[in-house]
Amino acid sequence: MTKQLTPKEIVQSFTDTFKTKIKNPRIETHAAGSKPTEFIHIWMNVDKSIFKEAVKHLTTLENYPHLAVASGYEWENTIELVYHFSIYFGERCKEISLNMTVVLPKSKPEIDSICDIIPGALITEQEKQEMLGVTVKGIPKDKRAFVSDDFPKGMYPWRKDETGASGKMVRNLHEGDK
Amino acid sequence: MSTKTKSKTTYQIPVGPIHPALKEPVMFEFELDGEKIVDVDVSLGHVHRGIEWTGMRRNPVQVLYLAERICGICSYCHPMAFALATERVAGIQVPERAEYLRVIHAELERICSHVLWAGVAAHEIGFDSVLFLTWQIREKALDLTEYLTGNRVTKAITMIGGVRRDITTDMHSTINEGLQFIKDNFEKLRRVYLDDKTFRMRSQDVGILTKEDALKLCAAGPTTRASGVRKDVRLDQPYFAFGDLDFDYVTPDVLTGEVNGDVYDRIVVRLLEVKQSVELIEQCIKQMPEGEIVAEPKVAKLLASLKKIKGEGIGRMEAPRGEVIHYVKYIEHEFPYSWKVRAPTYNNILPWIPMLLGEQIADIPIVAASTDPCMSCTNRVAIVDGGKRYQLNHEDLHKLSVEKTRRLMK
Repeated sequence: MTKQLTPKEIVQSFTDTFKTKIKNPRIETHAAGSKPTEFIHIWMNVDKSIFKEAVKHLTTLENYPHLAVASGYEWENTIELVYHFSIYFGERCKEISLNMTVVLPKSKPEIDSICDIIPGALITEQEKQEMLGVTVKGIPKDKRAFVSDDFPKGMYPWRKDETGASGKMVRNLHEGDK
Repeated sequence: MSTKTKSKTTYQIPVGPIHPALKEPVMFEFELDGEKIVDVDVSLGHVHRGIEWTGMRRNPVQVLYLAERICGICSYCHPMAFALATERVAGIQVPERAEYLRVIHAELERICSHVLWAGVAAHEIGFDSVLFLTWQIREKALDLTEYLTGNRVTKAITMIGGVRRDITTDMHSTINEGLQFIKDNFEKLRRVYLDDKTFRMRSQDVGILTKEDALKLCAAGPTTRASGVRKDVRLDQPYFAFGDLDFDYVTPDVLTGEVNGDVYDRIVVRLLEVKQSVELIEQCIKQMPEGEIVAEPKVAKLLASLKKIKGEGIGRMEAPRGEVIHYVKYIEHEFPYSWKVRAPTYNNILPWIPMLLGEQIADIPIVAASTDPCMSCTNRVAIVDGGKRYQLNHEDLHKLSVEKTRRLMK
């Protein structure tokens, strides 16, 4: 086990390695309970060109970083993915959540697969392909996982533009059958 | 993932996806060589109901009730994880008393879930009398849930900034009585599940998940802890009042001195966690401070303030089956701009593959059930054999499993 870094050192190690490719890092401290117990959430924007390198860098901090899931949403002309990692679990109050936001242009929403580093990322990568229309380059299983095979191609339920779930596909049950 | 080692001697069995009793319908495609599983492929999404899509068109308080309906068993964890995420964005300070009340409800849910699972596991290997014994215990836990929240399943106890009902001192005797009943019966459960010879034969060295696989595949909850990974959000990042309470990670070596990562170990972890949950509730009742139970009791006022918040946050909670994580983003609007829900089974799907490889068809029910996904996806099994197609239903597959138990008992 490598030495555990403090939240500031973690952010420092990323900015030292990737310089300007890491933007807006912020460290949030939250507290709960009577004592209270504090814990840390780190957020940072990672440039898509070094995203995979950044995940590799994460494995130097923790042998097996845990990837909970990747969230995602459309924002103006971009698609933003937020990868939720956690490191240093296994000891009381030591775990740090690390959230990496990657901004992809809507014209070419491509991101590298990280399944070769974290095999458990497969399902969440499949989900981002189907729900947001992101292309995950090098995904080991390029098959639909959540939406059915007969769901229209080129339609992505989480998008808010014309490629999102359209009015026809939505049935408002409270309006009754029409 | 799937390595597809097809040959002339192997054949396929698709298992799933729909059964009326399913919590999470899943489709397995097994590649078999005789009785032995040589390859597994998993497909999901048969009941994708677009809950996240709907949630992005509802206000935060409405989302609580929507989130409650994601899962009938984790009907407390989901709204609570959403509330945690929202509170972090809005900077809402939850009153101390509410933090303790939140622990009590979370642990009661864990007891209900684990005991339910133990019953299902017994049923899967053909011990239906044990199913009734365990569900009798669960009934008491459900009565207690009803007493504390007013509901048995969808509890409707969550509110952003606290909880909706208090526990007063005159309620303590009923709570203690319920907990005492669970404790009195715990020894009976332990004897059946951990000492019984047939139970051990069906569960030991079956469905092994190594520690390395658990870490690589990002498994969650009792599934990963049974493989020796110390991972529990309650301890890793103590939310609610968990930081004030005295407890530790539950891994099978606590009881047996070793970690095998098999079905037996997953039973050990869950049973020990039932005991731990009872102790946690008792600690909360003793230590609970006086005070308010919700930060802002007026919902209209709360909603008005939530309309003005901007930012993103995550809420993480240790649900009975593992970590639940909700991500939410607000942009000074009535509805959340983005909402992502991740339930533990999402991460416990891929670990099924190493668990099932090399096992027998009759072991599919108990191995798949051991991660607590609700196993009943074995309803409809179509065997495609030499171009002929015939179906095995849930009952047939269950029968195979029961027959194996009976064979071992002889």
